Amino acid sequence: MHHSDEIPLPGGDFSDFYLSLRQWVLYKLRRSSIDMNETNRLLLSGDEAIALAARHAGVALGAGYPGTPSTEILEAFSEYGGKAQWSPNEKVALEVAIGAAFGGARALATMKHVGLNVASDPLFTAAYTGVSGALVIVSADDPGMASSQNEQDNRRYAVAAGLPMLEPSDSQEAYDLFFEAVEISERWNIPVLFRVTTRVCHSYTVVRPRETNGTARPANFERDIKSRVMIPAYARAAHRRLRRKLGEMEAWNEKCHLNPVIPGDKALGIITSGISFMHVREAAPQASVLKLAFTYPLPMKRIEQFVSGVERCVVIEEGDPYLVDAIRAAGLNVEGKAEMYRFGELDVPRVRRILNRDLTPEPAKPPGKPPQLCDACQYRIVFEALRKRDCIVAGDIGCYTLGVLQPFEAIDSCVCMGASLGVGLGLRHVLPEPQAKRVVSVIGDSTFIHSGINGLVEMVYNPPPNGHVLIILDNSTTAMTGHQEHPGTGRSLDHEPAGKVVIEDLSRSLGVKRTFVIEPRFGTNEFDQLLNDCLSRNELSVIIARRPCILIAKQLKQYEARACEGEKKEENVACCN
Amino acid sequence: MSRAVTNVVVAGLGGQGVLKGTDILADVALRANFDVKKSEIKGMSQRGGSVTGDVRFGDRVFSPMVPAGEADYLLVLEPTQVDPNRHMLRPGGILLTPDAVDANRLPGKRTLNVALLGVLSAHLPMSEDLWLAALREGFDAAFFEGNKTAFLVGRQSEAAKVGK
Repeated sequence: MHHSDEIPLPGGDFSDFYLSLRQWVLYKLRRSSIDMNETNRLLLSGDEAIALAARHAGVALGAGYPGTPSTEILEAFSEYGGKAQWSPNEKVALEVAIGAAFGGARALATMKHVGLNVASDPLFTAAYTGVSGALVIVSADDPGMASSQNEQDNRRYAVAAGLPMLEPSDSQEAYDLFFEAVEISERWNIPVLFRVTTRVCHSYTVVRPRETNGTARPANFERDIKSRVMIPAYARAAHRRLRRKLGEMEAWNEKCHLNPVIPGDKALGIITSGISFMHVREAAPQASVLKLAFTYPLPMKRIEQFVSGVERCVVIEEGDPYLVDAIRAAGLNVEGKAEMYRFGELDVPRVRRILNRDLTPEPAKPPGKPPQLCDACQYRIVFEALRKRDCIVAGDIGCYTLGVLQPFEAIDSCVCMGASLGVGLGLRHVLPEPQAKRVVSVIGDSTFIHSGINGLVEMVYNPPPNGHVLIILDNSTTAMTGHQEHPGTGRSLDHEPAGKVVIEDLSRSLGVKRTFVIEPRFGTNEFDQLLNDCLSRNELSVIIARRPCILIAKQLKQYEARACEGEKKEENVACCN
Repeated sequence: MSRAVTNVVVAGLGGQGVLKGTDILADVALRANFDVKKSEIKGMSQRGGSVTGDVRFGDRVFSPMVPAGEADYLLVLEPTQVDPNRHMLRPGGILLTPDAVDANRLPGKRTLNVALLGVLSAHLPMSEDLWLAALREGFDAAFFEGNKTAFLVGRQSEAAKVGK
């Protein structure tokens, strides 16, 4: 592995330069394959580096659900020629990947940190079952919440589920460590948690890809009932097996090459991992550094050796005190960061402050301009209607969460994907009637497919006394994360025609008779009238406010034209439109 | 010859081409055989909010983020975004705003990002050929001539002469 500290310094080799130029062109053109037999320098984001490694390592299937900062991994994997697909949600994506790995293939599941909460049910038990092929689960955490509802630290999941965890600090490491993840997964027949953060995912750094392709075994099913059927009798043995594997991995981790020491001044030693390593090298170039990449199970003997060799040892990590707590629990005397640095991302100035034990208030960042709903966005009509009626709005996750800001301020809650249904129903159940009748749930199309469907089932099964009103904002895309497809668009990840879930059909099939589809338009009061009607009744209503996102109008025409061409070819008849 | 790290921050609003600008700059630095890191925050910022992108290049770059107060150059595409980002500039660092170029000479409002890169280019060691190659490959072919014009307007502006 190229440890980042060992990347050759750029030289004046012209042939190398022209290769990199050609490669860059290829990359820019988004060709479906990148020639892997050339030494070259690519400028890749961490997400792209993961995708390229997955392709080079022979990953047979990648599944996920879009979520910043993980989204680009599967998009790039598809562009590089890999088989990638969006699942309705992260739980399904992980289950698909587990199935592929049960079949002996190399599989990849990608999601943002909160997505792993959704997928945590299969996650914990997949640690017990193990896999036959390889399974790499990418958790893209968002410390500082560039685009998330919390900054949970998913390193905790590795400990809680008992899964080996790798953490790269730049794109080269993301690329290299992915191969290590595949090897670890196949060696111990266990899923590997590949934990990245926003600054690793979305920073572009130089990558030299490997010269050779990985060799994947052909997929093949081999029956192994006791390993994969987790009835209590088999699961008890599986838990012991998991702990045994973790013990073996810990011993291996003590001696492997993944946790290098960068020698330096003995007066100051720093233990770090992930992006923090880069800030540390810049903030304290003279310090001795133990850089951990295989961060669960931890190589505690190696850590002990490092700690005993330096006068002052500081643990620098973003987010939760995961490393420092574990190291202290092992009885080692190390210094952590003050609580004030637990919040948000680290950067070079903050690392300097931690090392200087500086507890003075940090300079406040001057406020920038907040994002807002696009000027011509059809959701503006909906939020204006909700604001005028002083509705109590249980909101959800997507662009439309911006309805909470000026001038609307028309969202009263936003908890997690799909929560608008349950939260709205709970409010309707307990509030006094005048308030209850103002409660509306608002959710986007992709979020509805993700986990709103369960809430709709709840609405039909446990209807509040005064009914409920659900508004599904259907802009025919997953807009917030950059316009990804989902099962409701009828197109696959690469925008080709696919099976389509028709939201109104689903709603009616569940028994919601009052299911309406309406296009919100400026200059008419159709939407207002429909909303008035729904709010005035004590029944269940679903309003599907449908108009494609204005930002993808052009692309949609292209996709539709392409689909039309395909149909014509297949059926040899004139196309529908 | 050792090449110290150069820090550039580009700032503006969503839709102004801030990230496209950092793409081009990072590409040019890569072509010039520097170690390069580029950092950006995507997500909600795309909806018309403030956007900034950092590009750092030199012999060896560690953190992908330009530390506050250490930017050698701050390019701002939208005047309202100067104040929120001024703290990024080091003492003596160079601020480049839309005033640096004559807007009337640009082929279109959307080429402002490339024009300011043109001004910046006069301060940086990379050759004009590398810049033009990056512009040629960074955009659809139809936009090359317009971008080249905008780039040269910037590169030959008064603000650019300071760097010569």
